Amino acid sequence: MIRARGLLRRYPGFTLALEELAVEPGRFVTVIGPSGAGKSTLLRLLAGLERPDGGTVQLRGRAVFVDQDRTVLERSVLANAAFGLELAGVSRKQATRRVLPWLERVGLADKLALPAPRLSGGERARLGLVRALALEPDVLFLDEPTQALDPGNVALAEELMREAHRAGRTLVLVTHNLYQARRLGEETWFLLGGSLLESGPSAVVFERPRDPRTRAYVAGEMVY
Amino acid sequence: MKRTAFLLVFCSLALAAGSMRLATTTSVNDSGLLDYILPGFTQETGIDVQVIAVGTGQALAIAGRGDADAVLVHAPNLEARFLKEGKGVDHACIAFNNFVIAGPAADPARVAAAPDAVAAMRRIYQTGATFISRGDNSGTYNREQQLWRAAGLDPRGRPWYLESGSGMGATLTLAAEKGAYTLTDLGTYLFVKSKTGLADLFNRPDPLMLNQYSYMVVNPKRFAGLNTAAAYELRAYLLRKDVQRAIGEYLKDRFGQSLFNPLYGRCKEEVKP
Amino acid sequence: MTADWLEVWEVAARSLTVAGAATLLAALFSLPLGVWLGSRPRRGGLGAQVLLYAGMGLPPVVVGLVFYLLLSRSGPLGFSGLLFTKAAMVLAEAVLAFPMIAGFTMAGVRARAESVRRLVRGLGGCERQVLATLLWESRRPIVAALAAGFGSAISEVGAATIVGGDIRHHTRVLTTAVVLETRKGDLANAMALGAVLLGVTLVVTAVLVVWGERR
Repeated sequence: MIRARGLLRRYPGFTLALEELAVEPGRFVTVIGPSGAGKSTLLRLLAGLERPDGGTVQLRGRAVFVDQDRTVLERSVLANAAFGLELAGVSRKQATRRVLPWLERVGLADKLALPAPRLSGGERARLGLVRALALEPDVLFLDEPTQALDPGNVALAEELMREAHRAGRTLVLVTHNLYQARRLGEETWFLLGGSLLESGPSAVVFERPRDPRTRAYVAGEMVY
Repeated sequence: MKRTAFLLVFCSLALAAGSMRLATTTSVNDSGLLDYILPGFTQETGIDVQVIAVGTGQALAIAGRGDADAVLVHAPNLEARFLKEGKGVDHACIAFNNFVIAGPAADPARVAAAPDAVAAMRRIYQTGATFISRGDNSGTYNREQQLWRAAGLDPRGRPWYLESGSGMGATLTLAAEKGAYTLTDLGTYLFVKSKTGLADLFNRPDPLMLNQYSYMVVNPKRFAGLNTAAAYELRAYLLRKDVQRAIGEYLKDRFGQSLFNPLYGRCKEEVKP
Repeated sequence: MTADWLEVWEVAARSLTVAGAATLLAALFSLPLGVWLGSRPRRGGLGAQVLLYAGMGLPPVVVGLVFYLLLSRSGPLGFSGLLFTKAAMVLAEAVLAFPMIAGFTMAGVRARAESVRRLVRGLGGCERQVLATLLWESRRPIVAALAAGFGSAISEVGAATIVGGDIRHHTRVLTTAVVLETRKGDLANAMALGAVLLGVTLVVTAVLVVWGERR
């Protein structure tokens, strides 16, 4: 469960302000909006990676955040995949046993010993997902995990997210891909200029938006 | 950290085992004289002599702060002041040779024909021939200043008067490169002569060209922790007849003349506090 | 000739141990400082950054002179009897290596601090785990920082001369030996010693870099 109240975050030239937000356990929320709308900032605030200048965030359960820059550590693919479990105090042997099926699943099983920085962008994205999923978190925050990926990789990532959702996990996904937001989200938030312009069931937001700017954005027009 | 602690212990042990520090001028060290006579001293007494070879000015400064047990230097006027200030005691004259005016074989200032050293310096001044000074408060530099004073001349600021700021060997190399004159001690001159090709244009007996090396013990009343006993043992050793003879023989075969002439403690130029 | 080469190796070994000890001593303090400064959020530590980068230009002779005055029998630490010992050289060279190691470490850590912090925190790790991960992830720039620190320690001559005194069999290192041979006008010997110095620096740096890359 995620609950935020009176959230405020200021940067030079940008302010994010939201009155109230809530995500029930097990929901799949997609966050859309043009660049600079505050999607990533909101995600980091909710995940507790950034402190708000005002307001509160409540988060229940174990949460994991997958960053958009696809950071990998300068160690092997296997060590990268097991890194989250290692932080949680799981022994290396245990961690290896637990991440191996995941690596198998995303087609990285033949690259276990390879230094992760040598992976391609798509492989890094898969590795980042696996690293997070292996922790079996209650909540997953995902910042554009499929950005600039080829269709095959996008399909695999979406399948993993759907699966996590089916397993009862809560997901909050920031994406630029409107079709993906529509496809995956039960609920969609539309952010513009640092405020939440529209939120509700995805079908409503995409088909019968209240705000004309939302309508324009989901119709593929330039809104900023 | 462990390693440093180890180093600290190691170093203090080395000192405790009977060693002394001698601050000295580069000419006696770089000529190899000390490496020639000190091993015998160490063998006889078990005292390891740690030689710090710098210019005479710096050697006296180091000793004057209590950072050496004895000095071996060659600047009678500075030695006199050192004694007067109570920093040194038991002055002893060890050896002498002479200073040499070296320069290009062509000798544009006709230094070789000068009647004495002061006249030679005057000729350089009047010709405006390039002259390289050590400029470093070394014994040689002090002697050079004394010569200018005796000639009643002040070369500072003249375009032909250069200061090297380096040791004698480097200064001679520089002089050779620039085709310049310079004042040098005989020992260093002979050592680098073959490499530089400089000629010894004024190399004659002259009271003002005397280069006298003296030994002083650092005043034990001024500083705690000095190895004064060892400093006196070295003083006695250096003045011993056989050692004095050995000093006189050093490299005589190679150069056909003594680099250092023994003084047996009798100064040629008096050093009075 | 054999005896001469024995002495060259003795001097080279002393250069290596003195500069090595100085690097270790400096690293003990400068590595944590560099990691701490580099891991702090942007903006912070601008003053420290200026000081460190300026410190890389510390003139060795001045550092040497300060240590000479401190360690001299007439100075405040004269009782230690450290002047003209290897320990004094280690101290002075450590001061020279300090800003190098801290500065390069800081720059290297800073380059990865933000993404590593987000990764570790995002996976539920604590701030201590951020620092530990950052330290390991910055091993290559840290190795480079150590190599730079060692290089500055082994190649400097000003401080080594003033606080070491170039005492044969005690504090003579390669750089002071080069000065000695140059002073004597023996340029061929000086050059040969310089080549040994370059060789030692090259080998140590190579060992460090290869070690850093292989992990």
